[in-house]
Amino acid sequence: MTFNIASFLVQVAALAVVLAALHKPLGVYLVRVFEGKMSSRPERLFYRLAGIDAGTEQTWSVYLRSVLAFSVVSILLVFVLQRLQGILPGSGSLPGVDPWIAMNTAISFVTNTNWQTYAPETTIGIFVQMTLLAVQNFLSAAVGIVVVVTLIRGIARTRTQRLGNFWVDLARTSFRILLPIAFVASLLMVLGGVVQNFWPADVVNHAAGISQTIPGGPVASQEAIKELGTNGGGYFNANSAHPFENPNPFISLFEVFLLLLIPSALPYAFGRIVGDQKQGYTVAAVMGTLWLASVSLMGWAVASGQGTATAAAGGLGEGFEQRFGPVQGAIFAASTTLTSTGAVNTAHDSLPPLAGGVAMVNMMLGEVAPGGTGSGLYGMLILSIISVFIAGLMVGRTPEYLGKKIGPTEMKLAAMYILVTPVLVLALAGITVMLPDIITNAPATGPHQFSEVLYAFTSGANNNGSAFGGITTSSPYLSVMMSLAMLLGRFLPVALVLALAGSLARQGKIPASAGTVPTHGPLFGGLLVGVTVILTALSYFPALALGPLAEGLLK
Amino acid sequence: MTRSSAASATDTAAQTYADGNPLGTPGEHKHHTKAPAKLTLASVIAALPLAVRKLAPRQMIHSPVMFTVLVGAALCTAITLYRPSGFSIAVTAWLWLTVLFGTLSEAIAEGRGKAQADSLRASRQGVQARLRQPDGTTKVVPGTGLRLNDIVICEAGDVIPSDGEIIEGLASVDESTITGESAPVIRESGGDRSSVTGGTRVLSDRIVIRITAEPGQTFIDRMIMLVEGAVRQKTPNEIALHVLLVSLTIVFLAVTMSLAPFASLAGAAPSPIVLVALLVCLIPTTIGALVPAIGIAGMDRLVQHNVLATSGRAVETAGDITTLLLDKTGTITYGNRRAVNFYPANHVERTDLIEAARVCSLADETPEGRSIVDLAEDKGMTGSDLATLERRSGDFAVVPFSASTRMSGLDLDGQQIRKGAASTVAAFVAEYGGHTPAEVDHRVKEISAQGGTPLLVAKIDRNGRADVLGTIHLADVVKPGMHARFAELRKMGIRTVMITGDNPITARAIAAEAGVDDFLAEATPEDKLAVIKEEQAQGRLVAMTGDGTNDAPALAAADVGVAMNSGTPAAKDAANMVDLDSDPTKLINIVGIGKQLLITRGALTTFSVANDVAKYFAIVPALFTAAFPGLGLLNIMGLSTPSSAILSAVIFNALIIVALVPLALRGVKYRAVSANQALSRNLLVYGLGGLIAPFIGIKMIDLIISLIPGIG
Repeated sequence: MTFNIASFLVQVAALAVVLAALHKPLGVYLVRVFEGKMSSRPERLFYRLAGIDAGTEQTWSVYLRSVLAFSVVSILLVFVLQRLQGILPGSGSLPGVDPWIAMNTAISFVTNTNWQTYAPETTIGIFVQMTLLAVQNFLSAAVGIVVVVTLIRGIARTRTQRLGNFWVDLARTSFRILLPIAFVASLLMVLGGVVQNFWPADVVNHAAGISQTIPGGPVASQEAIKELGTNGGGYFNANSAHPFENPNPFISLFEVFLLLLIPSALPYAFGRIVGDQKQGYTVAAVMGTLWLASVSLMGWAVASGQGTATAAAGGLGEGFEQRFGPVQGAIFAASTTLTSTGAVNTAHDSLPPLAGGVAMVNMMLGEVAPGGTGSGLYGMLILSIISVFIAGLMVGRTPEYLGKKIGPTEMKLAAMYILVTPVLVLALAGITVMLPDIITNAPATGPHQFSEVLYAFTSGANNNGSAFGGITTSSPYLSVMMSLAMLLGRFLPVALVLALAGSLARQGKIPASAGTVPTHGPLFGGLLVGVTVILTALSYFPALALGPLAEGLLK
Repeated sequence: MTRSSAASATDTAAQTYADGNPLGTPGEHKHHTKAPAKLTLASVIAALPLAVRKLAPRQMIHSPVMFTVLVGAALCTAITLYRPSGFSIAVTAWLWLTVLFGTLSEAIAEGRGKAQADSLRASRQGVQARLRQPDGTTKVVPGTGLRLNDIVICEAGDVIPSDGEIIEGLASVDESTITGESAPVIRESGGDRSSVTGGTRVLSDRIVIRITAEPGQTFIDRMIMLVEGAVRQKTPNEIALHVLLVSLTIVFLAVTMSLAPFASLAGAAPSPIVLVALLVCLIPTTIGALVPAIGIAGMDRLVQHNVLATSGRAVETAGDITTLLLDKTGTITYGNRRAVNFYPANHVERTDLIEAARVCSLADETPEGRSIVDLAEDKGMTGSDLATLERRSGDFAVVPFSASTRMSGLDLDGQQIRKGAASTVAAFVAEYGGHTPAEVDHRVKEISAQGGTPLLVAKIDRNGRADVLGTIHLADVVKPGMHARFAELRKMGIRTVMITGDNPITARAIAAEAGVDDFLAEATPEDKLAVIKEEQAQGRLVAMTGDGTNDAPALAAADVGVAMNSGTPAAKDAANMVDLDSDPTKLINIVGIGKQLLITRGALTTFSVANDVAKYFAIVPALFTAAFPGLGLLNIMGLSTPSSAILSAVIFNALIIVALVPLALRGVKYRAVSANQALSRNLLVYGLGGLIAPFIGIKMIDLIISLIPGIG
C-alpha cells in the first residue's frame, strides 16, 4: 500500500473546509442552548421526574458535587447491570461480565475514555450496549460540555457565585445538541451501510454448508454518538476498522468529521458568550494549527514509516485496514488522539514507530486540538491562562484573562490542572514497568514494549481510550491502575476547572486597556501554541525518547 | 474657586520640580536620585557570609525550587562520599554552587540596601531629646525612648529625635538624611507642612513637637527595614509565580523519578547522581534563585527614587495602574500663571502697551508680575529699572496690590499706570470718564474662553484723561514635554485625569493643551474621592498624590496613594507610598518601576523554562545513546562524552544564575510601548534567546571540559 499524498491533502482540506463552514452556525446554536431561558417538553418532564428546580443556579461547589454524584451513580449503575447481564433480557446467552472488566468498563465509559478491555462480541449483549454504554456515550460527552460551559460562564459573569444548573445544562446538552445531531448522523450512517438491527448473532448456512456467526446489533445509533461525543468505544472489537461500523472510506471520513464537529464549534460559542468573537477565533485557530500540524506530521511519519513492524510485514501494510489504507489511517489516527475519542480504523500498535509517537504526543498535549467535547476547550482555556500569566508578567501587568485577574488562587488551580495528567501517566507507567509479571507477559520487546505501557497510561489518564494493545490490561492489577488513571484523569481536572470557574465569576471585570495583553491575534495564538508544545515536550521528552524515538531511530 | 489643599502644597513641590523623564530607568531620573550601588567584586565578596547563612534549610524552604536543589546536592554528597569518582565529585560541587549562587544573589541584593540602612541608623545614634514634663519643665532623655504623644522641644542644631507634628513654632529643617536634598525646608505648626521626621536636623528657630510614632515604628525605622529587605513578604504575584514554579518542579520530579524504571527496562538505568543532575537542570532554578533578588531590587529602585513604599504589594500594584489622578498645579503646569502675550487697543502702539505693562509690574514681586517684566524684556523693552525711575521722576509711588483696589502699578510724574483684573480696571477707567474699547472687551472674553487670565493695563495721564492701553494675556503654562508623556502613558494603557480647582472653561483649555484624557474642574478633596470610587467601580486601578489631611481619605482609597513627604502625618499614614522629594510627577516613575519588576520576573521565568529544551538535548542522548545508538541523532550539539554533556548542562545551569544577577538587580529595561509590542520583544529576547543561549553555552562548556582528563 502506498501513501497517496494528493488524496491525503484533499481529504484534510475537505475536513478543514466543512468544519470551518459549520463551526459558526453550530456555535451560534450552542450558545442559544446554553443561554436560553425556555425548556423543551422532554426537559420539563425530566425536571419534574427528577425533582429539579430548573430556575435555581448552583455555586461551583454544588455544581461539582452534582457532576460527581451523577458520575458515581452512573458508574455504579453500569457496573451492577453488567454483572447482572446473565439475567437481563436481550443479552443472548452472555453471562454477567467479569467484575474487574465490568469495573473498568463502567469507569471507562463514564469518564468519556471508552477504553475497552473486553471483546464486545463475546462479552456484552445488546441490552448493555444500548441501555448502558450508548447512554453513557451521550452523558459523558454532555458532562464535558457542561463543565466547559460553566468555565466560560465563570469568565463571562461578574461578582456572582451562580454558574448555572448542572441538571439543566445536562438535559439541554443531551436533548438539544447530542440527540438531534446523533440521530441525523445515524440515519446517514445507515444510508452509508452501517448496520442497524437487533440480531445478536446470525447463523448463516453457506452453500458449502459451513455455519458462520455474523454479529449484528444497533450499531449505527451507537456509532454516531461514539464519534460525535468523542467517546470511541466500538460496538465491535475491531472498532472503526470493522466493516459493520465503518463500511467505506466515505463513512470513515464522516466519522472523523463527526468527532471533530462539536469540539471545533465550541470555541465560537466561547467567543460569543464572553462577548468577544476574536477570542473564539484565536482559540479555534490555535486548535486548527495544532490539528493540521499533527495530521501532517502523522501523514509524514506514516508515509516514511520504516519501523520494525512494517519492515517485518514487507512494507506499509500491516495494521492498516485495506479499505482505508494509510492515508485514511493517518487522518483517523491523528484526529482520534487529538480529541478524546480513541476510536481507531487502524491498529495503532502497528503504526510506524514515529507515527505511534505522534499519536502519543497528541494525547500528551492534553487533547486540546480540538480535544474532547468540552474537555478540549477547557484544557485550552487553562493553557491560555498559563500563557497569559507569562505574557502578562512580560509586559509589566498583573496578568488578567478576559478582564479577570490571574492571582494566586487562579494560578494554583491552573498549575494543578497542568500537573495532573503528566504525573498520573509517568507515575502509573513507572510503577507498572517495575512489575515483572506485567512486563514478561507482554509479547513485544525493547522500546516497543515500553511504548505499549506508556501509550496505555497516556490514553487512560487523558481519557482517550485508544490503545496500542500488546499488554493485556484485563488483569486485576492493570484494570485497577487504568481505572485510577481514567478516574483521576477525568475528575481532578473537572474539579479544578469548576473551582476556577467559581473563582473567576466572583471577580469584577477589569476593562481592557492598551496595557493589557490582548488574548487574541497571531502573537498570543503563537504563544499559546508554544506554551502547549513546550509544556508537553518538557513533561514527556525522556519517556518518548525511550519509546517511539528509540524505536524509530533504531540503527 | 474651590481650592483644594493639594493645590497649595504642590506649589512647594513646584519649587523642587525637576524635569524628570517619564518612566525613565532609575539612573536617568536626575532629581536627586541616589545612584544604584555598582555590582563590584567587593560587594559580591561582602555578601558571601550572608549567602552561606542563607543555606540553612529553614530559610531555603521558602523557595521550594532551590530547596529541591539543596536536597539534591545533599543526596549527591552522600553518594559521592560512599562511592567517589571524578564525575560525581564535579557534579556534586556544581550542585552546591547552584544553591550558593541562588542565596548569593539574594544576599547581594540585600547588601545593596545595607549601606543605606547603616547611614540611616547612624543619624539616630545617641540622639537626645528634651522632653517636656507635665509640669512644664524639660528633661533630657534618649531619643529612642520616646513614646506616642510625648512633647519634645527642638532648637537650632538639634536632631529631631522621632517623627512628630509641630504644635508650636516654625523652623528651617535639614532633611538631607532622608531625602538627599541639602536645601533646608520650612516646617511650621498648623497647615500641611507641620510634620517632621526623626533624624532630620533643625537649622534655625525653635519648635515644639508632639511625637506621632511609637519607638521602632518611625519613618527611619521603616526605611531601614525596607532597604534591608527585612520586612519582605511574598506579594500576590510572587505567590502566583511560585505556584507555577512549584508545579513545574513536581512535574520534573515525576519525569526524573519515572525515568529510572523506564530506563531500567531498556537496561540503561541512570545513576542517582545523573538523575539528580537532570532534575536540577530541568526545574526552573534560574528564576527560582533570582525571585527574591528581583523583589528586593525593585524596592531598592524605588528607594533610589526617594520613594518609600509600605509593602512590595504596593510596588506591584503601581505597575497595574490604569488611571492616574494628577494635580494640575505643579504637576502638569508650572505653579503660577505667566504672561504669554500683549494685545494693544487699536489706538495704542504695541510698544507703548508693553512699556506700560513693564513699568507697572516692576514693583510687583508676584510670579505673575515678574513674568510680565520677563516677557516685556523678551520683546525688546529693556527700559529703566525701578531705581532709575525713582531717581528720575519727580513724584514716584508704588501702588501695591490690595484686596480692596485689586490693582497694582506705579504713580509716576503725575501719571497713574495700573494693571488689574478686567472688570476692576474698566471700572477704574470709567471713574475718570474713559471707556474700554470694544476690541479690548472682545479680547478679554477671548482670553477667558481659552482658559487664560486677562489683565487690563490703563493709564491716567497728568490731565486726568483715562485710557485703556490693552490686555496682558496670563496663562497657565503647561510644562514642556507633558503632551508627549501623556501620549506615552496612553500607549501603555494608562488614562490621565487632571485635577484642578479652576473653573471648567480654564480646566478644559489646559486639559486640551496638556493632552490629558479627562479633567475634574473645581475639584474638592471629596470630588477626588468620588472620582477614585467611580474609576474603581469600573474595574480600574487608580493612583494619586496628595499631601493635605483632607486628601487622606482619597489617598487611602486609591490603589496607589503617594503622599508628599512635606504633607501632614494623616496623609502619610493613609498613603501606601511616601515621596521624599514631594514631587507629584514621581507617580509616573513609580508606575514604571512597578512594571519593570513584573517584566523582570516574567522575562526570567520564560528564559528559565525555555532553557530546558537545550538541556534535554544535552542529557537525554547522553543517558541513552549507549542503549539506543539511534538516539545519538539527538546529540545535535555534538557534545564529546555523556559525562561531559551532563556536567556541562549542570555547570551552565549554575553559571546562568550568576550571569543573570546583574539583570535581576538592574531590572529588564522598560519601554513605554503597547502590550503587544512589549510582549513580542520580550518573547523574542527571553523566549527565543532562552531557547538558543544554552545550546551555545553548553557546547562551549563542553569544549573546555573535554580537555580535562578523567571527566571529558
